Amino acid sequence: MIDISESVMQFLLALIVAGPLLGAAAALLPAPPGLKGKSPDQAVLRHGVTVTGVILIAAVVLALGFDHDHPATMQATTDISWIPALDVRIHLGVDGISLPLLVLTALLTFLCALYSYFKQQHQRLAPRATGPSPKAFIALILVLESGTLATFAVLDLLLFFLAFEMVLIPMYFLIARWGGAQRTQAAWKFILYTLLGSVVMLLGLLLIGLKSGTFDMLALATDNGRELTTSVQLIAVLAIGIGLAVKTPMWPLHSWLPDAHTAAPTVGSVLLAGVLLKMGTYGFVRILLPITPDGMREFAPYLAAFAVVGIIYGSLACLALARKGAKGDLKRLIAYSSVGHMGFVLLGIATMTPTGVNGALFANIAHGLITGLLFFLVGALKDRTGSTDLDALAGQTGQALYGKAPRFGALLAFGAVASLGLPGLAGFWGEMLALFGAFRPAEDLSRPAFLTFMAIAAFGTLLTAAYMLLVVRRICMGDPQEKPQALADIQGYEFAAWTPLVALTVLAGLWPALLLGLTDPAVQKLLAGGKA
Amino acid sequence: MNVAEGAAGVSLVQSVDWTAIAPPTIAAVVGLAVLVADLFVPENRKPLLGWISLAGLAAALASLLLLLDGDRETFCLTGDAGVCSYTADRFTVVIQLLVLGGALLTALLSVSPLKDKELPAGEYWFLLLSSAAGAALLPASRDLATLVVALEVASLPAFALVGLRRGDRRSSEAALKFFLSSVTATAVTLLGGSFVYAATGTLHLTEIAVKLTEVDGDLQTLARTGVALTLVGFAFKTAAVPFHFWVPDTYIGAPLPVAAYLSVVGKAVGFTGLILVTVVAFPSYADVWAPALAVLAALTMTAGNVAALRQQAGRAFSAVRLLAWSSVGQAGYLLVPIAAAGYVDDPADAIGATVAYALMYAAVNLGAFAVAALVARSTPENRLTDYRGLYARHPLAALALGFFLLCLAGLPPGIIGLFAKVTVFQAAVDAGLGWLAVVMALNVVIALYYYLRWTALLFRTPEGEAPVREGDVPARTASLPLPLTAAIAVTALVGIVLSGAPQMVLRFSESVLF
Repeated sequence: MIDISESVMQFLLALIVAGPLLGAAAALLPAPPGLKGKSPDQAVLRHGVTVTGVILIAAVVLALGFDHDHPATMQATTDISWIPALDVRIHLGVDGISLPLLVLTALLTFLCALYSYFKQQHQRLAPRATGPSPKAFIALILVLESGTLATFAVLDLLLFFLAFEMVLIPMYFLIARWGGAQRTQAAWKFILYTLLGSVVMLLGLLLIGLKSGTFDMLALATDNGRELTTSVQLIAVLAIGIGLAVKTPMWPLHSWLPDAHTAAPTVGSVLLAGVLLKMGTYGFVRILLPITPDGMREFAPYLAAFAVVGIIYGSLACLALARKGAKGDLKRLIAYSSVGHMGFVLLGIATMTPTGVNGALFANIAHGLITGLLFFLVGALKDRTGSTDLDALAGQTGQALYGKAPRFGALLAFGAVASLGLPGLAGFWGEMLALFGAFRPAEDLSRPAFLTFMAIAAFGTLLTAAYMLLVVRRICMGDPQEKPQALADIQGYEFAAWTPLVALTVLAGLWPALLLGLTDPAVQKLLAGGKA
Repeated sequence: MNVAEGAAGVSLVQSVDWTAIAPPTIAAVVGLAVLVADLFVPENRKPLLGWISLAGLAAALASLLLLLDGDRETFCLTGDAGVCSYTADRFTVVIQLLVLGGALLTALLSVSPLKDKELPAGEYWFLLLSSAAGAALLPASRDLATLVVALEVASLPAFALVGLRRGDRRSSEAALKFFLSSVTATAVTLLGGSFVYAATGTLHLTEIAVKLTEVDGDLQTLARTGVALTLVGFAFKTAAVPFHFWVPDTYIGAPLPVAAYLSVVGKAVGFTGLILVTVVAFPSYADVWAPALAVLAALTMTAGNVAALRQQAGRAFSAVRLLAWSSVGQAGYLLVPIAAAGYVDDPADAIGATVAYALMYAAVNLGAFAVAALVARSTPENRLTDYRGLYARHPLAALALGFFLLCLAGLPPGIIGLFAKVTVFQAAVDAGLGWLAVVMALNVVIALYYYLRWTALLFRTPEGEAPVREGDVPARTASLPLPLTAAIAVTALVGIVLSGAPQMVLRFSESVLF
C-alpha cells in the first residue's frame, strides 16, 4: 500500500523477531532514571506495553509496506548463514500466509500487555494479595512473543524448530507461577506433551533435511518433494505431523489443552489460544503441504477423520460442561471449543485444495480474535465474581449479566455468537470455506469420504451453536434479583483492550476479501510449488 | 621443532617433537614441581601452590596454540616414519582443550575448599595435575600401550582424589568402590588389547586397522573377543551401562570439585579412548562394536535419566546425586554418534558430533557444579530443596544455573544445548539408527522433567525464613570467593557466546578431525 524500501522492510522484520528478546532482557534490568514510574511494578508493566506497542507498530508498518499485488512472493527476506555446520541459515521472510499471523500475534500480545498494565493500575487502588513480581511476567511474555513471531517469520526448518521450542519455557512458567488451581500439574502436562511432540517433529525435519540436502523451506517448497521418495515422505509426515498435531491440538492428542487453559492466567490463556495453537496449523500449511505432498496425500483422509472427530468431540464435551449441574468450568469449556474450532482448520488443510487451505488460514485468524476475546471476558468475569464455575455463576435462573452489567453481557453474547460462526462475523467464513473444500477435495483424495466428513462437520456447527447459546442463556440472562450482588460493568481499560478484537471480528466477517486476497495467491503457489 | 632429528639419522633413537607433546608435559612437570614445592612452602603460603597449578594449566592450554598450524607426529617407528605413537592432530587438540580447560575450571573450584583446609594442598594439586596430564595424553596416543598407560595415568590419581578427604568414611568408601571397579575394567581392557596384539602382531592403532582385515581364520574369534573386551575399560570411564554403578556414590563421596572433574574430564577420557579404538583401530569390525555401542547408548541414557527422575529432592546430597545420574544420561547421548560411526561410510565424520556435544556438555556441566559448590558453602548437605529461592539470594548464580540446566535439557534459551542435541540426532538419523533417535527423543523428554523441576525451584519464593543454624553461616555466604565467581562467570559466558554462535563448536561435527 505504501512504498517502503526493501532494506527498511528487512529491518522491520528483524526487529519484530529480535525486538521482544531485547525487551525481555531489558525488563530484567532495573529501570533507568526517568522511567522509574510510580513503582517498580508499574515501570516494568509500562515497559511491556512500550515494547509490544513498538512491535505492533512495526508489524502494522510491515503490513502496509507489504506488496499486496504479489502476496505469493516472499518479501522482506533476510538470508544470513548462522551455523554452517548444520546448514542453518537465518532466513526470514513474510508472504500472504504469514503476514496476518504476524500482525495477529503482535496485536494480541500488545493487548495483553495493555490489559495487564491497566489492571495493575486499577488494582493498586484496591490492593489485593501481591502475586509474583511482574518483572518476570513481562520478560516471559516478551520471550513468548519473540518465539511465536519467529515461528511465523523463519524459513529454515531448524530455525522453525528452535522458535517452536522457544515458547515452551515461558509458557510453562506463566502457567506454573501465575496460574490458578492445579497449575503445577497443568504446566507439566503442557510442556511434556508439547516437547514430546516437537522432539518427534525434529526427527522428521532432520529426515527431510538430510535426504534432500537443505533445510531451506523455500527451496524445499519449490521442489515439492521431488527429491524425497514416498517412503521418506510418509515417515516425515508422520513424525512432523504428530509434533504439529499435539500443538494444534488434534484429537486425540488434545488432552493437555483443557488443563492448561483452565489453570493459565487470563493473559496466558489468550496467548495460548490466540497464537500458540496457530503455530501447529501454520506448520501444516508451511511445511507439510508443499514439502511432502505425497506423504500428506496418504495421510490426508486420516487427518480429516481425526479433525472431524475433534469437532464432534469438542462440541459434545462443551455441551456436557454447559449442562446444569455439571459443574462445568467456563475456561475449560472455551478450551474444548478450541479443539472443535481447530478441527475445522485441520479439515480445511486435509482437503489439500486452495479453498480448504484458505478456509483453514481464515479460521485460524478468526479463532485467534474470537477466542482471545472470550478468554479475556471469562478472565474478567472471574476477577469480578471469583469463579468460572458455570453452575456457581448461573445459580438457578442465570447470572443475568444483561441486567447487572449490560455492556459486559452484550460483549459476551457477541463473542459467543461469533464463535458459533454467525454469518457476518469472522467465525463464519473459515468454517464455511473448510466445508466447501471438503465438498470437493483434491483430485487424488476420496470424495465420498470427504463428503461424509463434511456432513459430520456441518452437524458439529449445530452442536457448537447449541452449547454457545446455552452458555449465553445461563450467563447473560436470568433473574437479576436472585443474586443481587453488584457487578462492575466494563471498565475503560477493558474497552481499550477488547475493542480492537471486536472491530476486527466484524471487519473480517464483512470484508473477508481483505484476508483471502492475501492468503489465496500464496496458498495457490504453495500447493502448486515448482509447477506454477 | 624436531630437536633430535638431525642427530638421529637411522639410529634407534626416536626423535621427539617437544612442541607436539607440550600440553601433557607441561601439566605433568608443573604437577611434580608443586609436589616438591609443597615440602618447602610454609603452611601459611600454601595457597601459592594453587596459583602455580592454575598458571601451569593455563600454560598447557596456551601451548595448544602452537599446535594449530597443522598435524604433528612424534615417537614414530624408526623403521617406518608413518607409524607413530603420538599424534597432535585436530582431534587431539580439541580434546586437549576440553580436558585442560576442564581441569582449569576444576582448579578454580578447588581453591576455596583448599583454603578452608578441607583438603591437603600439595597432594591435591599434584594429583589433579597428574590426572590432567594423563587425560591430555590420551587423545594423542596412537598405540594400545600408550593408550592404556594414559588411561591409568588419568585414573590412578583420580582414585586418590576421591578418597582425599581425611577421616571421612564416605570418601574412603567411594574411593575404594571406584578403585576396585575401575581396576577390573582396565584389566579387562588390557586382556582385550593383548588378544588384539596376538591376532595382529602390532600395537599401533593404524597398523591394527590394516592387519585386522587380514586376520587368520583361526584367530578370528580371538580378534573379535579382543575388540569387544578392549572397549570395556573405556565404557567404564564413560560411565556407560552396565559400568555406571560407581557413579553416584563416587560423586557424593568425592569432594565436589573432584566430582565435577570426573563428570567432565573422566568422561572425556572414556569416550576419547572409545573413539580411538573403534574408529581408528577397529573400523573393519564395525559390525561388532557399532550395534553393541548403539544398545549401550540407549540403555545408558535411559538408565541415567530414569534414575535421575527418581531422586527425592529432600534427601541429603540430592543435587549432586541428580547431577551424577544426569551425567550418566548425558554419556548415553555422547555414545550415539560413536555408534552411528559404525554405520556410515566415513566413520571419522560421525564422531564430530560427539566432540561438539562434549564441548558443550563440559562447559555447562562444570558451570552447574560451580553453582552447586556455591550453594554447598552455606548448606553442605546440598539438597535440591536448598536451591529453593536461590534467585532471591544470588540472582545471577540462579540465572546461570537455570541456563546451564536448560542447556543440558536442550531447550531455549539454552540454544547451544539444543543444537548440540540436534547434531547428535542428525548423526543417528544419518546412520539409519531411527530407533535410537526415537529412544533418545523419549529420553530428552524425561530429562526435561527433572532439569526443569530444578530450574523452577530456583525461582520459587523461599519457604518462610530459613532458621539461622550457625553463627558463621551468614558471614560465609556474604562474600563469594573470587575463583568460584570466576568459574561461574567463565562457564556462563562460554555458554552464552556459544548460544549466539553455535558454529564455534558445531564446526567440529562436520570437519575431518583425524
